[in-house]
Amino acid sequence: MRVNFTVNGRPQQADDVWEGESLLYVLRERLGLPGSKNACEQGECGSCTVRLDGVPVCACLVAAGQAEGREVVTVEGLAAGGQGELAPVQQAFIDAGAVQCGFCTPGLLVVADDLLAHTPQPSDADIREALSGNLCRCTGYEKILDAVRLAAARAGAGQEG
Amino acid sequence: MDFLRPTGWEEALALKAEHPTAVPIAGGTDVMVEINFDHRRPQQLLDLTRIGELRTWETGEESVRLGAAVPYARIIGQLRTELPGLALAARTVGSPQIRNRGTVGGNLGAASPAGDAHPALLAAGAVVEAGSVRGTRMIPVDSFYTGVKRNALAPDELIRAVHIQRADGPQQFSKVGTRNAMVIAVCAFGLALHPRTRTVRTGIGSAAPTPVRAVAAEEFLAAALEEGRCWDTGRPVPPSAARQFAELASGACSPIDDVRGSAAYRRRAVGVMARRTLDWAWHEYRTDGDGVQQCA
Amino acid sequence: MRDLTQGIRARGGIGESTLRPDGTLKVSGEFAYASDLWHEDMLWGFTLRSPHAHARILSVDVTEALRTAGVHAVMTHDDLPAETRYGLEIKDTPVLADGVVRHHGEPVALVAADHPETARRAAAKIKVEYAQLPVVTDEKTATAPGAPLLHPARDDAHARHSPHPNIVHRQPVVRGDVAAARELADVVVRGEYEMGMQDQAFLGPESGLAVPAEDGGVDLYISTQWLHADRRQVAPVIGLPEDKVRMTLSGVGGAFGGREDLSMQAHACLLALRTGKPVKIVYNRFESFFGHVHRHPAKLVYEHGATRDGTLLYVRCRIVLDGGAYASSSPAVVGNAASLAVGPYVVDNVDVEALALYTNNPPCGAMRGFGAVQACFAYEAQMDRVAAELGMDPVEFRQRNAMAQGAVMPTGQVVDSPAPVAELLRRVKAMPLPPERQWETAGGAPDLRALPGGLSNTTHGEGVVRGIGYAVGIKNVGFSEGFDDYSTARVRLEVVGGEPVATVHTAMAEVGQGGVTVHAQIARTELGVARVTINPADTRVGSAGSTSASRQTYVTGGAVKRACEAVREEVLELGRARFGPYHPAWATAELLLEDGKVVTDGGEVLADLVDVLEDAYVERELEWRHRPTEPFDLRTGQGRGHVQYSFAAHRAVVEVDTELGLVKVVELACAQDVGKALNPLSVTGQIQGGSTQGLGLAVMEEIVVDPATAKVRNPSFTDYLIPTILDTPAIPVDILELADEHAPYGLRGVGEAPTLSSTPAVVAAIRQATGLAVRRVPVRPEHLTGT
Repeated sequence: MRVNFTVNGRPQQADDVWEGESLLYVLRERLGLPGSKNACEQGECGSCTVRLDGVPVCACLVAAGQAEGREVVTVEGLAAGGQGELAPVQQAFIDAGAVQCGFCTPGLLVVADDLLAHTPQPSDADIREALSGNLCRCTGYEKILDAVRLAAARAGAGQEG
Repeated sequence: MDFLRPTGWEEALALKAEHPTAVPIAGGTDVMVEINFDHRRPQQLLDLTRIGELRTWETGEESVRLGAAVPYARIIGQLRTELPGLALAARTVGSPQIRNRGTVGGNLGAASPAGDAHPALLAAGAVVEAGSVRGTRMIPVDSFYTGVKRNALAPDELIRAVHIQRADGPQQFSKVGTRNAMVIAVCAFGLALHPRTRTVRTGIGSAAPTPVRAVAAEEFLAAALEEGRCWDTGRPVPPSAARQFAELASGACSPIDDVRGSAAYRRRAVGVMARRTLDWAWHEYRTDGDGVQQCA
Repeated sequence: MRDLTQGIRARGGIGESTLRPDGTLKVSGEFAYASDLWHEDMLWGFTLRSPHAHARILSVDVTEALRTAGVHAVMTHDDLPAETRYGLEIKDTPVLADGVVRHHGEPVALVAADHPETARRAAAKIKVEYAQLPVVTDEKTATAPGAPLLHPARDDAHARHSPHPNIVHRQPVVRGDVAAARELADVVVRGEYEMGMQDQAFLGPESGLAVPAEDGGVDLYISTQWLHADRRQVAPVIGLPEDKVRMTLSGVGGAFGGREDLSMQAHACLLALRTGKPVKIVYNRFESFFGHVHRHPAKLVYEHGATRDGTLLYVRCRIVLDGGAYASSSPAVVGNAASLAVGPYVVDNVDVEALALYTNNPPCGAMRGFGAVQACFAYEAQMDRVAAELGMDPVEFRQRNAMAQGAVMPTGQVVDSPAPVAELLRRVKAMPLPPERQWETAGGAPDLRALPGGLSNTTHGEGVVRGIGYAVGIKNVGFSEGFDDYSTARVRLEVVGGEPVATVHTAMAEVGQGGVTVHAQIARTELGVARVTINPADTRVGSAGSTSASRQTYVTGGAVKRACEAVREEVLELGRARFGPYHPAWATAELLLEDGKVVTDGGEVLADLVDVLEDAYVERELEWRHRPTEPFDLRTGQGRGHVQYSFAAHRAVVEVDTELGLVKVVELACAQDVGKALNPLSVTGQIQGGSTQGLGLAVMEEIVVDPATAKVRNPSFTDYLIPTILDTPAIPVDILELADEHAPYGLRGVGEAPTLSSTPAVVAAIRQATGLAVRRVPVRPEHLTGT
């Protein structure tokens, strides 16, 4: 089947999609957007998290056909304008040492970005709850917490300035 | 495989009648796992996400008519007052991402004994509105679960909505998992106090082939509360009654040993959860509800 | 303590928390992991696996599979072109099952097709007729009279001294006189312990892309821990000389030991050469659980004897590791378990026996901590029990028996660098404790996120009891027992765009640990340049050894340092030739490279590197080895088997819902000696990550294997649970830097030690909270509730 939807603001079309394919497969294998990761494909790790019509979801559990006409934002679309400068939360992940192997990073970034959009100054418990669907095996999460705190603090400082 | 995309309810029913083996998919949180891991190859997927009405709810005097495809996140955010037990249960479902997609309709359709919504629905009291080209059937949730991952739906039926009793008293939900988030229930317990009818209802998950109510425990507790004039006075539940309630709840289980937990543990944990949720709910009844005024 | 890095000053050099060179690509989603690769005309490979743990294959019929539209190749054992077995140490693993399957999930056939679903459907049409065989699953069944032998015709190096063909390797370590010491002991504590099978659970599943080349060779883009070891094993299987098998490291989504053995490497190359097309294989999570080896489950029996004043007199123990169906790195894991069985304590009388079994369980091999994890769980439990028997504080008892530099290991090896065991314990104990009852809020409603059970709403404080536990561990760094453990580095210095630029090329597998960051720091430090390019790791340069055993910063870092030094010498020679006649300091002073200039140790600038180099470049490739080790004596275990030891201590604070048996780890403090923190941010990240894996093993992580069928019961992230951010507490880290003068910059391998003591510390805290003698990990609610 053919699927049309918007990814990171651009209309996209995928052809010859098998009906059992997930949105994740279509993004990764048909649209050249492998940033969303394939760690578990059962909704138990969050590494494939994308925003679907503005809501963070596991792309592995969205049937490709369900994305028809929808708007998808992936990690590749987080940076302002989609290229060049990193989004604040992306920079914070680098600066705080929140990235090791990096496989969980794209999903965490989409979720953290969404958290900060809704809760600009989250408590630690808020951060933990929001990120509780994203597994990381390398960091022990401490630096990831640091990164979200850092992004929030920088945004706060920016507003005050 | 065909991907069917009805845009309205009638069309969906027609497609289901035409393709009784079509698998409905909304949040995809169960169906897609089965497809990704090659456990299931349905001939048709019937996508329900384009039927707007399934994502809405109406709050009536007695009950909330919850569209089958309302995601858990909406229940947590917007139905906490009307459906506190279900909202508590919803908060324990999977991950935030799963709660953004998963639905009560999907939980009912899958009818897994581990589904988190079931104990809350059983405790609150709910009726499943099933539709087909033949008409509409209202199925009490108590008789909806017919076996392990089996339900009362006919092959041509789809779940349109669930009518859930609005809370008339405190409700609680508790679930044991071996992780502090994103975990499937080892077992779960739902409790609803119904001060208007002076009854208590329960729901147990993952401790029997289907979600079940602990009817003997409910009846015992209702009688004990009545006898102790607890409803009127807001008096604490006598510890012996709470213990007996917990034991009866535990006795309502017919669990198995599996990779997630032992049968003996499940029995024990259901008892502990029954006692604690009763404690919390009764405390709320005494401090927030009519009980306080009666007490004073 | 001497700081071996004194006087080193380079911006972005060692000792600074410089940021990852791959960070931007990783946060933007552009970093290419093996599963992200794509090639024109690419096919998808799929592996058909055995549903049985032990069975004879009576027949395989691929006719229907081959007929499936879109299928390009189906391969079974009969289609293999050359060698049919491979292995890290022992070539006992069939590339594809050869008449017998020995464990659940063993590869039986391969399919290459134009879409993964086509490949799956075709694989489902392969008809395999099995006759099931009885399984052996533990020591009793594996060594029972008449037990089926996993490998009846063994001719490996360990076969001769193995007491039973189903024992892969056995290593005793004997020192002193345990029987005599036992007579003198005031307190004797005996305990039996058990550890379940842990999985590495790296997030990036096994994957790779094999591309057939015009010269008849193959290029493999692969996520692995050791490119050259993969090549050494793959080349004979595909029947090509090594120089026709070129490997390039793709992005690696974590490893933790699980990528030491081959998974799909040979399979992808076989399919690519068979079809003449690029073939990509990507395991899904289910398959990943069968695609790599796991941490050895273990049964351990320990006996400790001590005097009333708290001096350990002897330790006797027996460690039985389950190696599963194939050897993998079991012999080396046995060596570690045996030589480190006593822990970081001075004990004069030791009688240790460690062995690994062949069974029909899933194969086990390398995982972070490698044999030392199992032992540490048991000896630290014992230390607590002995302390309790003596009425001593458990930390004080440990400190009293703690080893220090100069101590003699049970293997007879002298510990010849700092071993601050008592100090680490002191530090971790001195950290402030987290406040109690953190779930209580001003509003009265409990914050569930701070309670055992978390969001599941199982307690509002009822039944919750706090416990505190301590543990310390010892881990060897680098490959041991006489292994020729070396790394190769190629470093080039040249002027690019008017600026001196260093290029570092190694085959080191960057699996997330941050080796690439450190290599750039070393090059900046040694060559005084600002810009460093890290070339992709591949087999065009010599081996860098494995990214395991906490060895990469030590060994490949050492090679990069040495190559930089060689480049520097040559650059200075160039400078002397060019400018020496004009300034006597070129001949007389000690010269350094700093900020792109040649300077004297007095700080005088002699020349810009740009002028020294002009159009020339200087490049050196060399191998670097750490001090040699030697094998352990097969009867006594004596020998200088290890090159370096590393130490970490933990204090765990837990809250246990004692009625439901649910655990919340409230804090997991760690103190570790790292010799020299080349990158403090990365070091902290390693310690926190390692600690968390130990936490997972303590309270949730286990591959459950059915003892009757040897089948895996939970191969998914639904039922194999690893800690989420709500399970992982604050992990305060105290880093000690006591230089090891034998190691580059004085550094000590970091990655594994924190995985050791984390588990026993958490369990000790659970024991303190519950008063229960918890003997098995992971601790399950059933264990804490007697159900």
